[in-house]
Amino acid sequence: MIEILGIHKWFHRGTPQEVHALQGLDLVLEPGDFVTIIGSNGAGKSTLLSCIAGTIAEDAGTIRFHGTDVTSWPEWRRARLIGRVFQDPLRGTCAGGTVAQNLALALRRGERRGLGPGVRRAERELFRERLAALGLGLEHRLHDRVGLLSGGQRQALTMVMATLRTPDLLLLDEHTAALDPKTAAQILELTERTVFSQKITTLMVTHNLAHAIALGNRLVMMHRGRILFDSYGPDKARLRVGDLLQRFHEADAVLNDRMLLTEASSPSTGEGYRPAGHGCPPATNHREGHGPAGSCGHPSQEKNP
Amino acid sequence: MTLAAILAALEQGCLYGIMALGVYLTFRVLNFPDLTVDGSLPLGAAVAATAIAAGIPPHLATLGAAVAGFAAGATTALLATRLNILGLLASILTMIALYSITIRIMGAPNRTLLGLPTVFDPLSSLGIPLYQASPLAMAAVVALVAAGLIWFLHTAYGQAMLATGDNPAMIRALGVNTDQVLLVGVGLSNALAALCGALVAQNQGSADVTMGVGTIVAGLASVIVGETIFGAPTVARACLAVVGGSILYRMAIALALSVRLGPLAVSPSDLNLITAVVVILAMASPHLARRQRR
Ligand SMILES: Nc1ncnc2c1ncn2[C@@H]1O[C@H](COP(=O)(O)OP(=O)(O)OP(=O)(O)O)[C@@H](O)[C@H]1O
Ligand SMILES: [Mg+2]
Repeated sequence: MIEILGIHKWFHRGTPQEVHALQGLDLVLEPGDFVTIIGSNGAGKSTLLSCIAGTIAEDAGTIRFHGTDVTSWPEWRRARLIGRVFQDPLRGTCAGGTVAQNLALALRRGERRGLGPGVRRAERELFRERLAALGLGLEHRLHDRVGLLSGGQRQALTMVMATLRTPDLLLLDEHTAALDPKTAAQILELTERTVFSQKITTLMVTHNLAHAIALGNRLVMMHRGRILFDSYGPDKARLRVGDLLQRFHEADAVLNDRMLLTEASSPSTGEGYRPAGHGCPPATNHREGHGPAGSCGHPSQEKNP
Repeated sequence: MTLAAILAALEQGCLYGIMALGVYLTFRVLNFPDLTVDGSLPLGAAVAATAIAAGIPPHLATLGAAVAGFAAGATTALLATRLNILGLLASILTMIALYSITIRIMGAPNRTLLGLPTVFDPLSSLGIPLYQASPLAMAAVVALVAAGLIWFLHTAYGQAMLATGDNPAMIRALGVNTDQVLLVGVGLSNALAALCGALVAQNQGSADVTMGVGTIVAGLASVIVGETIFGAPTVARACLAVVGGSILYRMAIALALSVRLGPLAVSPSDLNLITAVVVILAMASPHLARRQRR
């Protein structure tokens, strides 16, 4: 079980540009949960994943893996638990290294790296096997530099690298967004196959609502640093894209009302509020604690056993 | 150029090639431009000379010099990672601090090794003239160092070091403490520079605090000239190219010093200008070649 409890993250805290990107977010993952995360731009999805991975330090909250508190662990130490794929295909691989060298780096994730060979002969067999399963012909290119591969090939390679040693948690941040539709579908199919066969607990951020519904056993909608909606199993399977769009609109409407209340009660907050349509909330975040917090607009957790 | 001059240039090229390999490690592998070498080369010379004068066997004194160089590099890395000082600035700070430390170690700005034992003493009993034996010995030393570096960069740790320079975010996500790798890498680089300084001092018979001036420029010139002329498609080829570059660089200097156009002769003090021009040309050549093609 992976517990993410009470995470707060501020950017530029105490300055006029202050952003409260994560507002006491809680998320508990059961083993094998495959969670898709949706939410408009700036909702805090990437920030959440970066806090879990340790790339950015949270300001408050606790992260536990199987009961072990990892909150104080630096990113490189958490890496033994976490596999990660980013939106940018260039971010997950070393352009200067060969395909085999990159895979060998990933195979040693979380291990002490000593003065043994960087790539062992026996490992090449394993790499060929895993690459052959992609069906992209990469198994014949073990000695090619990764910089020579296409974005889709690099992303497929990153996906293999992230799961070469089965991670306790797999973090996918819009990992198909930079790819053409056909390649994106391939990578998504690979994701589903890998996660399923290795039973990996997974968080996958996507802007594609259809993908969010089609994949995984759980769907989480984030809005302004919080979880607005969390749906499991059969409930999730019944979701329609229209339902999700409806939720987005409701969320914005409620928050807009709350903002208006805030504006009315404390004109000193200054700058005028621009109503945000779906998909583009205002750049600055409103202050908490004024409106009817916790009432209608708040997480309606629908937990199924 | 006479044969003796060519052999001397070969000797110098091999000797300073050790330092150039160190510069390759920071500048190319770690992507961390490091000026500490200007201070760690004389530091190595000072440690070796002082230790030998104190009666310590030359090979141990040379080893001690390398360790001192490692500490110098590690200091720069710590300034950069722990105190968040910009890498280039951190290395300049260490470099100027080393100037004082080096003089402290020797008790004076320089120290002679005249009449004292050195690691090169066995060469005179080989039965071939020293001006031939010495370049051969230096070539053997630099070949050993290059082979060691190539081996290291192919180990699991070395691969993590290459990745740290290439894509630090990615390799951290794969569980590597990049701060520690930087410390080891910059340390090793300066250990090589100090080893080079220790050998230079024993070869020329003295250590001097000013012998480090321009080290980084010579190192960069070797790396860039070597890569440009010999190519660097793989790590192993790059290391060999750097040594080749160092030899070419010393040859070019020897050649420049022998040029005389009427009343105009190149003096040793012109070498910095020549080196700077050579580095600029080598760095600009890919760019210029691309412009030509358009
Ligand atoms: N490094 C940073 N410095 C300052 N503010 C940041 C930083 N990273 C994120 N933010 C802010 O935090 C908020 C949440 O950003 P985040 O990137 O997590 O959103 P997201 O849900 O991933 O959005 P998107 O769908 O656009 O990727 C945004 O308001 C963003 O401007
Ligand atoms: Mg994002």
